[in-house]
Formats: sequence, structure tokens, C-alpha cells
Amino acid sequence: MSDVVEMARLMQGNEAVVEGALAAGVRFFAGYPITPSTEIAELMAERLPGLGGKFIQMEDEIASMAAVIGASLAGVKALTATSGPGFSLKQENIGYAAMAEIPCVIVNVQRWGPSTGIPTAPSQGDVMQARWGTHGDHPVIVLCPASVREAYMLAIRAVNLSEKYRVPVILLMDEVIGHMRERVVLPRAGEVEIIERKKPAGEPKDYYPYRPDEDGVPPMANFGDGYRYHVTGLVHDEQGNPTTDPRVAESLILRLHRKIYDHLDDVVTVEGYQLEDAEVVVVAYGAVARSAKRAVKDARAAGIKAGLFRPVTIWPFPEKEVAELAVRVRHIIVAEMNLGQLKGEVERAVQGRVRVTGVNRLNGELITFDEILSAVKEVTSDAQSG
Amino acid sequence: MLSQVESHLRSDRFPHIWCPGCGNGIVLAALVRAIEELGLNPDKTVVVSGIGCSSRAAGYLDFNTLHTTHGRALAFATGIKLARPELDVFVLMGDGDATAIGGNHFIHAARRNIDLTAIIFNNSIYGMTGGQYSPLTPPGKRATTAPYGNIERNFDIAELAKGAGATYVARTTTYHATMLEKLIVAGARNKGFSVIEAITACPVGYGRRNKMGNGLQMLLWQKEHAVTVKQAEKMNPEELQDKIIIGELYRGEAPEYTAMYEEIIARVKSKNQ
Ligand SMILES: Cc1ncc(C[n+]2csc(CCOP(=O)(O)OP(=O)(O)O)c2C)c(N)n1
Ligand code: SF4
Repeated sequence: MSDVVEMARLMQGNEAVVEGALAAGVRFFAGYPITPSTEIAELMAERLPGLGGKFIQMEDEIASMAAVIGASLAGVKALTATSGPGFSLKQENIGYAAMAEIPCVIVNVQRWGPSTGIPTAPSQGDVMQARWGTHGDHPVIVLCPASVREAYMLAIRAVNLSEKYRVPVILLMDEVIGHMRERVVLPRAGEVEIIERKKPAGEPKDYYPYRPDEDGVPPMANFGDGYRYHVTGLVHDEQGNPTTDPRVAESLILRLHRKIYDHLDDVVTVEGYQLEDAEVVVVAYGAVARSAKRAVKDARAAGIKAGLFRPVTIWPFPEKEVAELAVRVRHIIVAEMNLGQLKGEVERAVQGRVRVTGVNRLNGELITFDEILSAVKEVTSDAQSG
Repeated sequence: MLSQVESHLRSDRFPHIWCPGCGNGIVLAALVRAIEELGLNPDKTVVVSGIGCSSRAAGYLDFNTLHTTHGRALAFATGIKLARPELDVFVLMGDGDATAIGGNHFIHAARRNIDLTAIIFNNSIYGMTGGQYSPLTPPGKRATTAPYGNIERNFDIAELAKGAGATYVARTTTYHATMLEKLIVAGARNKGFSVIEAITACPVGYGRRNKMGNGLQMLLWQKEHAVTVKQAEKMNPEELQDKIIIGELYRGEAPEYTAMYEEIIARVKSKNQ
């Protein structure tokens, strides 16, 4: 029996995350229920034992994040899922995973906030929390699916990237994608690459748990496999020893950044639609990208040269790609279910070379294609008149 | 004996960070002797700790060691143990670590009866942050954040653990180091959640402010105030008022969490076949 579902089937976004994660080799889940992510926990509870994996419902999100890190250290690919308030609670331990370089995946099916907000309403309000929710300076990888099939594929990719770079990876969904049902055809087992963390090769006595290879990533031994070492969230040297040496602190933090930023070509993916000759480009991610695509089609039908730019990786932000757009298009519209969290990043990359307009919604409803279409029409008619 | 202890220490990490007279080293040594006595394989032994002076102990030990976040050691340890039940997992925590910020994880680890051996270094204070009161600071005692005397009642860790479902509960002091070693051995042998409270001295953060003298005088205080479970049986509540009852306080029977989960795996797998 294969672990991977191979047929076309009707699937919910949250369900796709579970199947993708299992296909990637995830065999541990710890979580605490919260709308709209709960189906992920429920399905994991059902699916994991049959695969020899473990599920545990912890007492809260802090504990869940901690348990996931513990399981990963013991050598098992681990994932947790939550939504806004729970994501806030996980932050301290997400920072721990970043500092101690423990692979793990955190799914955040965003809901309307702040606070308890509207639990069932879609929002994209955690873009900045995903990037800056923890304390201190460390890089993060955040992926953002726009369809059910992509939720499956990105769950695999999230696990792969976390194993490869030994970082916590955040799969940032929205309620629409999490709860939407679509007919999907999934790849067969063996068609997708599954990445395992690098293991140390030499004698245990020669093992420096935090001595990086050339790619900036140190090989990782599992607890229990004979390489005894120390793991801490304190600044540590290559042996794992705590230190306050400013040089060690600086080089550690710079390496944590380098191991991601030296591999942007591998980490950052974007999708373009009708960008070749586009004069006005809509930037959108998650569910909003679907409305944006329809708007672009309609705009084209009306004779407007519109295109869609969809960051799949939203952190690290695809700065180079957006900067390239800025030299060849006339307008950029950023559509998102918040007050402009990613728009700020687009503006940063654009550096004033073109005008950036926002289409924003924060009433708990998805941005519709006609809203985006009218924004497209507006900026293009402005340009004609100006 | 010393060399046995030394063989499990990461001697290159010394000198340790603890103050002169601090009792943490005594607990550390008792743990190492217990692991030696249990004959555990160091490669399969995991020591997890929280954040605090006492939690620094993990870093000095040559096992698989994990120094986590404040209060969360038991939650990290739960992940390790559930993912790989064949590992022997010890969890070291300060009193504040275990019962204030980590109080929720503490009661739930006990309720699950997951096979971890928790050792709580109870120095009645927050040591690392400089002597603020903790949930184990006795009423009336002084702390930097209780300059007029603590008005909060303190937990009884043993009662808390027992009430929450732990299946092995014991208490002793650093004066009774040999007993501490034996209790850790018994706790580790218990298949379930075991709690060993070690009353220890923080002369710097607690003793000085409460006029208890230096580390040695605090050890003598432990000696004078400790009564064994046997002795306590013959004493009335008045006599017991300022006493610490030491020894094995509770043993219970309950299914253990990871074993039950393995049963679920077996059941689901056989159904799928
Ligand atoms: C989330 C968080 N809150 C507060 C702290 C600061 N802090 C570090 S150690 C500590 C208390 C230590 O006391 P205890 O747990 O009793 O251990 P001891 O130092 O006495 O051994 C506190 C409050 C922290 N590190 N993390
Ligand atoms: S502050 Fe107290 S607990 Fe901490 S090392 Fe010093 S004596 Fe020990």
C-alpha cells in the first residue's frame, strides 16, 4: 500500500495539507484545536497511527510547538497546525527552532483578527506575524498556497525545505483555501522529491553539531543515534556550548541568515500569468490570487494588458523578481485581505519606480474579481488621461 | 565514585555557572549516580531542562541534552518520548520553571502518565533572575518582588503531582544526597510520570534575604527540618508544621501514555491489513 493518494478526488485544503505532509514523511503531529485549522488535527489523529506515526493533542499551542521540536530532534518529521491566536502562542518556540536549527513545519490557516476576531472569516492578517512574530533577527521561510492541490504540493515543499535547511517553515494558508473543496489529481508516489536532513557521517567524537558544511547547514544527528550533543536556544558555538562571545553570536546569526539567503533561487518561487507584455500587474497570493487571475482575464478581454504576479514564497520576499517587474510595467496593484502588509514589501522592492496601489479588504470577505478589475481599469484610465 | 560521575560530565564545559554554596551541583551529581546505578546507555539517555540556574545542569552532562524554553521542558520531552519511546528521558526544572510558567505542562504530563522522570530543583525562589518570589516561596518569606513578605500561599509539589495523576512522587533535600539518588533510581524505574522534588539551597537569592546563612548553614537547616515518612507517621500536625516530609510519598498504578499509543498503532495497523 502506498502512503500517497494517487487518484483524482474531491479534497479540502486542510485535508490536502495532511496528505501532502504524510507523503513528505511527516510522522508526528502535536496540536491544539482552533478554527479554521482544526480539520488538520482531526485528520492527522485518524491517519497517523496507521502509518506508525504519532498524534498528540497537547494542552495548548506552546506545548504543541515544543512537542514538535522534541519529536524532530528524535528524528521524526513533525508538523503542527494552528490559526492566529495559536500562532501567536507558538512564537517563542518557533524562535527556538530557528536558533537551534530544528526542522519542523507550522501550518497557520489564518483567520480574521486581531484577538479572537471572527474565527470563521478569511483574512491575510498574519503576513507580518509570520515574518516578525518571534523576537530577534532570524530568517523564516513562508509559503502560501492558492489552491487545494497547491496546499498538498506546498506541504511537501515545506517539509523538504525545513529538512534541507534545518529551519522552521511556515505554511501560511487562508480560510478560503483551508476549507475549499476542489477536485485534485495528485502526483504519484515517486514523482515528487522527498528530502531528508543531512546526517553526520564521521565518528561521534568528531561530531560538531553546529559546524556547517559549505552550504551553511550543519549535519543533524538524531537524539538516540549515538551522537551525544547539547541543544540550546542560547547563543552557542559549533559544539553547542553556550557562550556570550560577541563574535560567536554575530557569526551564528549571520550564518542562520546566509543558509537561507545564499539559496534564494531554491527557496523563492513565484508564479506569473500573462506577464510578458503586461502594463499593469496585480500582485496577489493565497485565495485572493484566484480573484486576481479572473480579473486579469477579464481585463485582457477588455483590451487591457494586465498580468498576475503571485509570490508562492512570501518570505523571503521575492524582492529581485518584483524589482524586475518594476522596470517594465506601469502599475502594480497589490490585492490582499489586510490593510497592506505585503504591499509595503512590494513598495520596498519597487523603490518608487512605478506607482503601487492597494486593493484591500478587512471585513472578513474575500476580495472579488470585479473589485480588482475596477482597480485595474482605474489605474489604466488614469495613465491614459495623465 | 567521583570518577564514575566525572565520566558522564562534559568536563570541558567547567567551571559551571553556579554560585558558591548553591545546591544545584548536589542534585546533578545524584542524577549522574542514579543513571550509573540504573546502568542506562548514555546514547539512549536524554536530559531535557527548562530555563533557570538549575536547568543549566543539562549542558554539563554527556548525554543527549536539550536546554529548552522557560517552563516548557516537559512539553519538549513529551515530543521526544512519544516519538521515540525507547529513550530514557529525564527532565530537570526549577521550581518556578515547573510550577509557575510550566504549571500547565506539569499537570498534563502527570495526567497523561507519560514515562518521564521529572526532577524539580526546589530552591524556593527564582534564582536566575535574582531572587523574585516563586509559587514555592513560603508565605511570609522575602523576595525582591516581595519586599514586605510573600502573601501568596505556596504549592505542595508532591500533592499537586499526585492530584494530577503522577504515578511516582518523592521528595528529599540536598542534605540527603544518597536518598535523592535512590529516589531518582526508583522514579526512573517507574513506568509512568515520576516526580522527584529536591529541596535545594539558593544562598544568594533566597538564603541571604531570609537570614538563613550560607550554603552550609542552609544544608544544616534542611537536615533539621526534614523528617522521613516513617517519622512523620508518629507526629501530630503541630509537630509537623515547619517540617519537610522526605522519602517516597506516593506510588500509583495507571496505564502509561506511550504504551497505550503503541497499542493504538498495532490496532489500526492490524485493521488495515
Ligand atoms: C518566557 C520567559 N519568561 C521569563 C524568563 C526569565 N526567567 C529566566 S529563569 C527564570 C526563573 C528561574 O527560576 P526557577 O525556575 O525557580 O529556577 P532557578 O533559577 O531558581 O533554578 C525566569 C523568570 C524567561 N527566560 N522566559
Ligand atoms: S542564584 Fe541561587 S540557584 Fe542560582 S546559582 Fe546562585 S545560588 Fe544557585
